[in-house]
Amino acid sequence: MSEHEYTPKSKVGKWFNDRLPLLTLANHLTDYPTPKNLNYWWTFGGILTFCLITQIVTGLVLAMHYIAHADMAFESVEHIMRDVNYGWLIRYIHANGASMFFLAVYIHIFRSLFYGSYKSPREIIWIIGIIIYLLMMAAAFLGYVLPWGQMSFWGATVITNLFSAIPLVGEGIVTWLWGGYSVDNPTLTRFFTLHYLIPFLILGLVVLHIWALHVPGNNNPIGIDIKKPSKDTVPFHPYIVIKDGFALLMFMIVFAFFVFYTPNILGHADNYIEANPLVTPAHIVPEWYLLPFYAILRSVPDKLLGVIAMLSAILILAALPWLDTSKIRSAVFRPLYKQFYWILVADVLILGYVGAMPAEGLYLLIARVATAYYFLHFLVVLPVLGFKERTMPVPLSITEPILGGSPNLATVKNKDGLKNQ
Amino acid sequence: MPEKETKKRRDFLFTATYAVGAVGVGAVVWPMIDQMNPDASVKALASTEVDVSTVNPGNTITVLWRGKPVFIRRRTQDEIAEAKSVSMKELKHPEKDEDRAKNPEWLVMLGVCTHLGCVPLDQKGDYNGWFCPCHGSHYDISGRIRKGPAPTNMEIPEYKFVDANTIKIG
Repeated sequence: MSEHEYTPKSKVGKWFNDRLPLLTLANHLTDYPTPKNLNYWWTFGGILTFCLITQIVTGLVLAMHYIAHADMAFESVEHIMRDVNYGWLIRYIHANGASMFFLAVYIHIFRSLFYGSYKSPREIIWIIGIIIYLLMMAAAFLGYVLPWGQMSFWGATVITNLFSAIPLVGEGIVTWLWGGYSVDNPTLTRFFTLHYLIPFLILGLVVLHIWALHVPGNNNPIGIDIKKPSKDTVPFHPYIVIKDGFALLMFMIVFAFFVFYTPNILGHADNYIEANPLVTPAHIVPEWYLLPFYAILRSVPDKLLGVIAMLSAILILAALPWLDTSKIRSAVFRPLYKQFYWILVADVLILGYVGAMPAEGLYLLIARVATAYYFLHFLVVLPVLGFKERTMPVPLSITEPILGGSPNLATVKNKDGLKNQ
Repeated sequence: MPEKETKKRRDFLFTATYAVGAVGVGAVVWPMIDQMNPDASVKALASTEVDVSTVNPGNTITVLWRGKPVFIRRRTQDEIAEAKSVSMKELKHPEKDEDRAKNPEWLVMLGVCTHLGCVPLDQKGDYNGWFCPCHGSHYDISGRIRKGPAPTNMEIPEYKFVDANTIKIG
């Protein structure tokens, strides 16, 4: 792992390290050479680790007071809010923590899209990331069901019914998921179990995600391969630790704002009404972080095709390293891609907006156009762009434009070994 | 023993081992999967009897059966005539009204939208039947899908009139 041999200074340390090289691992993590030009968009990995640990710790505490039973779940959540010492705080951190987690993961994903972090040799990091993202969505959905309010119940009904779109076995699968003929107590108890399990699966995948990252090392804002360690790198500790720590503090201010000032703004008032299988709330919408996919689901008039479109919208991301044919990673040197990137960002935001609106009239039309564009971006724009785009010359190293003399692009262009045309 | 023959025997042993192993794994995995299916206590609640003597024409009552709402609508003569007049060509899922309501005065159906399982609202939508607020499916007065993403008509459960005023569902 480490580029240099490491020997602990103390005798005890050496004795231990010879038997279990934990100190070598710790040394690798602190000395890990990191590109010196990483900007603040690179701090969201650390922020996400913080989010995961926050969710696990607050969730563990909530599970001490929550009762996973259809007759008692709603009341036990109110009990947490009113009776349990600091229960309100812990629950608001957990509920808003889910939104903060998604906010951070979307920034993290869009950073990868901008700087081409998913490209060779980082495909496995990217795919593990997509699996983590899928598990996050599952955990968020399952967790949203637990308070057993109206939105919990009907959200669970609608999402599990997505499986009924599968021909022949669909209905059987839905009954199996429910453990009955409708969403009811057996559904709630299994959802609680799975909601408890998934964060630990995510934790395991995060270890793999970081391990896979430490093989090629970090990508960087100019997206070039760098020599490690070299003048282009700094050790992870203290440089990146401090930078990540500062970004985390800024992030926690936003987090605390939601928890203490508007703890319910991201939720729905209907979820403070206990689940009622006879009445569907007039306007069902998922949590904000699932809205773009919900808009895609609703924009297709056919049930099965709608479900397929929604799932493809997520899974298409896993194929991204092969759909993007350009060898240049960073959008900084891809003038056309940069524009399409921002169009995609706008497209996803529009999908999110129309996902929260009723699926009729103009909203439906906008959703359909935006859905079509979403797929067009990945299936047509990216593959073609790799061949057609005239990219800008890429510097040979991070320091080269500064220390190597003139940052003039023409100077750089004449250097040997330049890969792009 | 010649090498060829040993190889054959080995192949047979490997295949046999894998086959027995697969059966064993399957035998252990199946109970783990099947435990999630509806249990005996859920299945035991399979039928419900409903007294409909108080329902006036033009009204719908909703009862809970297997955790799902069942609409029981006593239809007016106009509604019956409207339901019967619809041409099969207009329907996404063609079913005659006679086949959905054996006794045309009473429409008994699962109040569950066939799209994603929400409960449609009574006397709403473009066809004076039901309208699902979740994703905008419109049903007519026979519970047939007319517009929107739902693929099929609302389901008719098994039911029978025990006597003139009592319906047994399930």
